[in-house]
Amino acid sequence: MTTTTTSPVLTATGVTMRFGGLTAVRSVDLDVHPGEIVGLIGPNGAGKTTFFNCLTGLYVPTEGNVAYQGTVLPPKPHLVTQAGIARTFQNIRLFANMTVLENVLVGRHTRTKEGLWSALLRGPGFKRAEAASKARAMELLEFTGLADKADHLSRNLAYGEQRKLEIARALASDPGLLLLDEPTAGMNPQETRATEELVFAIRDMGTAVLVIEHDMRFIFNLCDRVAVLVQGQKLIEGTSDVVQSDERVIAAYLGTPFEGAPGAEEAAEVTAAEAGAAKAGPTDGGATDSGSTEAGATDGGPANPGAANPGAARNEAQRGTTARTEDGQ
Amino acid sequence: MTTDKTQPTPAHEAETGTAHTTEAGTTAPRTTWLRALTAAGGVAAVASTFLAWTWTAEFPGDLTVYGYPGGLQLLTLVLGIVTAVFALAALGLKGLRWLTPSGSTQALRLLALGTFAVTWFTVIAIAVDLGGMVNLEPGGWIAALVTAAPVATTFLLPDDTRPLCRPKQLPSWAEILIIAAVFATGLYVVNYGIQTDADHPEPFLGYLIAVGFTAVALVKAGLVSRISELTTAYRSTTLVAALITAIVFPFFQDKSSFTELGVNIAIFATVALGLNIVVGLAGLLDLGYVAFLGVGAYTAALVSGAAASTIDVKFPFWAAVIIGGVVSLIFGVVIGAPTLRLRGDYLAIVTLGFGEIFRLAMLNLDGTSGPSVTNGPDGIPNIPPLEIFGFNFNDDHSFAGLTLDSNGNYYLLMLLVTILVVLIFSRAGNSRIGRAWVAIREDETAATAMGINGFRVKLIAFALGATLAGVAGAVWAHFQSTVVPEQYVFAGPVPPNSTFLVAAVILGGMGTIGGPLLGATLLYLIPKKLEFLQDYQLLAFGIALILLMRFRPEGIVPNRRQQLEYHETGQLDVPGATGLKDGAVGVTKAEA
Repeated sequence: MTTTTTSPVLTATGVTMRFGGLTAVRSVDLDVHPGEIVGLIGPNGAGKTTFFNCLTGLYVPTEGNVAYQGTVLPPKPHLVTQAGIARTFQNIRLFANMTVLENVLVGRHTRTKEGLWSALLRGPGFKRAEAASKARAMELLEFTGLADKADHLSRNLAYGEQRKLEIARALASDPGLLLLDEPTAGMNPQETRATEELVFAIRDMGTAVLVIEHDMRFIFNLCDRVAVLVQGQKLIEGTSDVVQSDERVIAAYLGTPFEGAPGAEEAAEVTAAEAGAAKAGPTDGGATDSGSTEAGATDGGPANPGAANPGAARNEAQRGTTARTEDGQ
Repeated sequence: MTTDKTQPTPAHEAETGTAHTTEAGTTAPRTTWLRALTAAGGVAAVASTFLAWTWTAEFPGDLTVYGYPGGLQLLTLVLGIVTAVFALAALGLKGLRWLTPSGSTQALRLLALGTFAVTWFTVIAIAVDLGGMVNLEPGGWIAALVTAAPVATTFLLPDDTRPLCRPKQLPSWAEILIIAAVFATGLYVVNYGIQTDADHPEPFLGYLIAVGFTAVALVKAGLVSRISELTTAYRSTTLVAALITAIVFPFFQDKSSFTELGVNIAIFATVALGLNIVVGLAGLLDLGYVAFLGVGAYTAALVSGAAASTIDVKFPFWAAVIIGGVVSLIFGVVIGAPTLRLRGDYLAIVTLGFGEIFRLAMLNLDGTSGPSVTNGPDGIPNIPPLEIFGFNFNDDHSFAGLTLDSNGNYYLLMLLVTILVVLIFSRAGNSRIGRAWVAIREDETAATAMGINGFRVKLIAFALGATLAGVAGAVWAHFQSTVVPEQYVFAGPVPPNSTFLVAAVILGGMGTIGGPLLGATLLYLIPKKLEFLQDYQLLAFGIALILLMRFRPEGIVPNRRQQLEYHETGQLDVPGATGLKDGAVGVTKAEA
């Protein structure tokens, strides 16, 4: 399911966002085509969420514009949603004191139009629309596996379920494009895999997906294309293989090797330590990874940059970290 | 406290209780004895009310007669009976156990405390009012002592609070009868409070103490949850029962001033419910809501054909109501449109300013400071009485032997408006627009990201609230037959004022229908009955609000959502426990 010839659902052209002197997003172009899953990755503070906010009208871009199916979107969140772009939030923003069903029903807002009068008069049209909304909402709860929790308050859901509910709520507006902001943040591997399945299912329903994520395994499994944002600029865009083998991406995530760094000895030490750890027990493997999930995840990719064996990559990672530390970053 | 000596009651009372105990094997003998003693204490309290507590009838209620309880003694009598019955239920007496579905000890403690508080309040009031303890007859001393005993015994009882047990299946006619009985009792209790002597604060204070303790006791016993389960199950029956209760209210009043209380309560409850749409559902703090009531009242007064009105027209009532509502709506949109684009506290400040501007404008539109519209501080007096289809509201009317005076007429008219507002509130709240309001209140950013036009939806809430206040104002102008600017202040000892309305909403419970109705009733009735406090009324009001916010921030009638928001414990908040407590969710839903 690579780039098709159909016209894109989303076209962002030259999107720039400045906050005073800080340019958070600088002239980013991005297309998303129907039936595509596009990933957006980048180190913390790269401007991914800011870019999302520009796309959904939460921020008014300083320059550039966003078009949905060829129509330029006004920078108003509710109009963007009405046009067909729905989103979730990085820090879950459910309506905590409404029930699960009510949350999804709120998502139906743009696809229904019963106003105050019809609510007060309760004519047959109102009842029909209300019943249809409920049916659709329950369908989506079935789809996300939350149907049995429909009457719970959303604040009482488990964390993973809250993430799912956010997706169900976004889907309720029947979007042509779904923006997911770190949908697996804080999830365990099982939940992450379930989310992966869910995103595939959403794509199969005909909704294009643009997803921000830090979990590289998740992103590279999922996405047809990946765009990398670094310091507000798009570094590269392409298939998983292309992005993973791009040195600039690795440099952006892990830092560049420091010229003449006293890293070789340390790297040797680390290798030795790892060998020792491997003997002692494979479970310790994570500890020597110096907590960098990105590095670990990159290892898992099919075409590993620079070297064929994971150990070398890890050395590189270690060196990169050392260099950064000595730079005082 | 020597419990045994202060029991002049026959010991066989207690023995009958224990004889019927079915759970004797499971409860410790000490517990059984303590419960029996509590029951005996309740009976003793009842007995003591048949004695004379004082020698002179100067104390309100005449507590001087042997064998005939009167005044405040009646409260002790009722509470004594209730305490005894609950103690017998705690003993497991067959046929009474339904009284304590979620445990008896806490309820018994509260009932014993209530009996004690009412009796001691009476005894102390006698001593203070008549100048010395010498005015107490032996009966008063006995009552004071026997009501203290159950307090001691109940606090020695072990706590037996348990989750609400499943109710026994009853035929539906029985359940409907229960609902009817509950409403009848409610009407009686409210009537009793309203009809207490307004010149003497003692009976009403005693009434407040008794009702307060009993109400909390019933909540603790689980009876209130049981009743709300029933009312949820028989929704239409409950509504009919509530309606009948409200309609018959004026026919039970022997003084016109009591019905007048009812009219005022109905008006302020309606306005508070309208405000609840704005504050409770949409989360917009409106501190100048009383101005919209004023807009409606002034508009209706101007077109009423009153001699003092600067506009020489006389519109029929229905037209006056519609115009009052429409003019309020226009003001609501004019105030709301520029401010509702902002978030947070700006709206509160702007509405606060608007409320004051309205009052000052009405004061100055007197022909000298400004154009002549409102007669300034003199207001518009002598608004002619309402007449709908030849039905004059100031005359007495008889139906089937029952006479309805002027206040009764207005009460029934106002009740119609209240029903209308309740209908609007429940229908709007439970719809697409109502969900959008709550979503905006919960998280405005997320709501707009879900496609809700925040500004538009908030403006609808604001304008709807303004319109309802305008309609209520139009009726109020006719009922008062005069409008003056000084009625519409931000804060003051006399309702309506904006603080009163906001307080009624918060006290009762935001986002509910019952809450503002109850809140407005309490906030209107209590100051009316406690006029002796005079200048201290506002102080007492402030202290009461602080206490309420500390101990029950979600209001008396909590919205299910808010109850969970403020009281985390006991609810399934821990994600891990979600699956385990499905039953608990069912219960909270039933209570909501």
